[in-house]
Amino acid sequence: MRPLRIVLRSALPFLIAIPLCLALQSVLSPGWSIIVIAAGINVILAVSLNVVNGFTGQFSIGHAGFAAVGAYTAAKITTAMHGLQIVGLSAGVSDQVVFLIALVAGMITAAMAGFLVGMPSLRLRGDYLAIVTLGFNEIIRVIIENTPFLGQATGISGLPRLTTVLWVGLGVIATISMARRLVGSTHGRALLAIREDEVAAEAMGVDTTGYKVRAFVIASAFAGLAGGLLVHLIQLCTPRSFTFVKSIEVVVMVVLGGMGSVTGSVVSALVLSFALEGLREVQQYRMVLYSLLLIVLMLTRPTGLFGTREIWDIIKLPGRRKAARVEVTP
Amino acid sequence: MTAPGAVLEARHVTMQFGGLKALSDFNLTLMPGELVGLIGPNGAGKTTAFNAITGVYPPSAGDVFVAGERVNGQRPHQICMAGVARTFQNIRLFKELTALDNVKVACHHGRKAGFAAAFFLTPAFVADEERITARAEEYLKVMGLSHRRDALAKNLPYGEQRRLEIARALASGPKVLCLDEPAAGMNASEKVALMELIHRIRDQFRLAILVIEHDMRLVMGVSERLVVLDHGVTISQGVPERVRKDPKVIEAYLGDSYLEEKKIAVPGAPTT
Repeated sequence: MRPLRIVLRSALPFLIAIPLCLALQSVLSPGWSIIVIAAGINVILAVSLNVVNGFTGQFSIGHAGFAAVGAYTAAKITTAMHGLQIVGLSAGVSDQVVFLIALVAGMITAAMAGFLVGMPSLRLRGDYLAIVTLGFNEIIRVIIENTPFLGQATGISGLPRLTTVLWVGLGVIATISMARRLVGSTHGRALLAIREDEVAAEAMGVDTTGYKVRAFVIASAFAGLAGGLLVHLIQLCTPRSFTFVKSIEVVVMVVLGGMGSVTGSVVSALVLSFALEGLREVQQYRMVLYSLLLIVLMLTRPTGLFGTREIWDIIKLPGRRKAARVEVTP
Repeated sequence: MTAPGAVLEARHVTMQFGGLKALSDFNLTLMPGELVGLIGPNGAGKTTAFNAITGVYPPSAGDVFVAGERVNGQRPHQICMAGVARTFQNIRLFKELTALDNVKVACHHGRKAGFAAAFFLTPAFVADEERITARAEEYLKVMGLSHRRDALAKNLPYGEQRRLEIARALASGPKVLCLDEPAAGMNASEKVALMELIHRIRDQFRLAILVIEHDMRLVMGVSERLVVLDHGVTISQGVPERVRKDPKVIEAYLGDSYLEEKKIAVPGAPTT
């Protein structure tokens, strides 16, 4: 009985999400579903970046670079497999299976990129890591723009439109579940310990470099997922989608929501995505807006909207033994 | 070969920072269940000795053995796993985590489930978490902190923060516990209570304890053996009664004018 309950608990978020997403998919107009999908992709990016910037306390500003790696991998796979049909499956189902394979492959390559960048650079701290990740972001862009196989600056066009609300919904749920379960585990606690005090964490037997690399790899993998979803939404894979500006956008979302709060990242990613849609006419002032937003935030609420709090700490789910954080006055 | 049965052995450990020898030729052997005090005036190299033992800095020369195994050059987390846990002079708790989570961070032993298991909430992972929580609660209880289980570490009163740091160190399952001024900032009665507690955990967990302490009366009272450092040099060691009367120790603490006044001769000191 107990194993069954555990399996159920593990799969529950997905079981709830599938009918919800399908319902959403049927009511949304095509225009709105694009906006919702784009917002969902931003949620995946923000929550995964939060694993590095919020939980582990490292500062990475090259998240779009990892998304690009995942995006190009997925795009290459779906274009190569386009028109092919897996034996025994109908055309529609076959496409979906190919898409799943492409997304997973994108996650794997992005994770490998994360490992390659993280391994040497995570011995660095703070600003240095930020510079390295920023550099990586630019390197990826330059490599893409000079590789004919990847379509250079024009990119890969004519991708099949495979990203649906359901796909993004599942991606979002997977990312949030990952982040939430990570924090509740020994591994997540090790990451938080690194954020709080690296020297003490190391002295308590936490392999700080190893854990930082792992956090980085996981975050990169989910960035790769977001990239794969994005290019199959806009049906075009260009380096312009994954520039430094995009990375900063994600950082702003994380900082705005509160470093270390999954809830905060979700809320601010949604708010910023929808706000940007409303402000289409002033797109060129986006960076100015971000900077202003950050300045105002740092002056008025430096911890971000949510700090490190989570919605599930405030609203206790029934049947879950989750100790509320009791404030104690000394 | 190390001394048979020694849980910690430092042999000719030297720490050099540029031209400064913070610690020179430091030797120490700890047997299981021993409580040894490490004393000396400010800047004598006591914390440096701790850092050399726990791997914060690799020693410039000399060797450190934990339970017969050479550990110098290893990273602090590896030395912690080998069985040396420590606390810090200026408390270094994970401030934004609860007391329980602070202790749980150090509970590594017997952990089976990996990263992926955590994502999929596998039965092995759930069992692991439950066991770790139970163990962490046990350590909180030993240190008398059960009532603070869910309080954030930063919100605990000072004395409890010190105790929580010891609980966290114990949770890593050490053979040797290094306490860096555990009683700093406590009043007299708190200090006595703490020292009783230290005695108790030593007996309960069969630990060897190395403690840095400034309060002479206290450290003389609890330690079976003392090591006295001054300017990085071990100037005296032995049972408290002997160390107390050692002219070199008195000189280091009170200056040579005191000795002259009291007409105590320092062996080897230049005569004027």
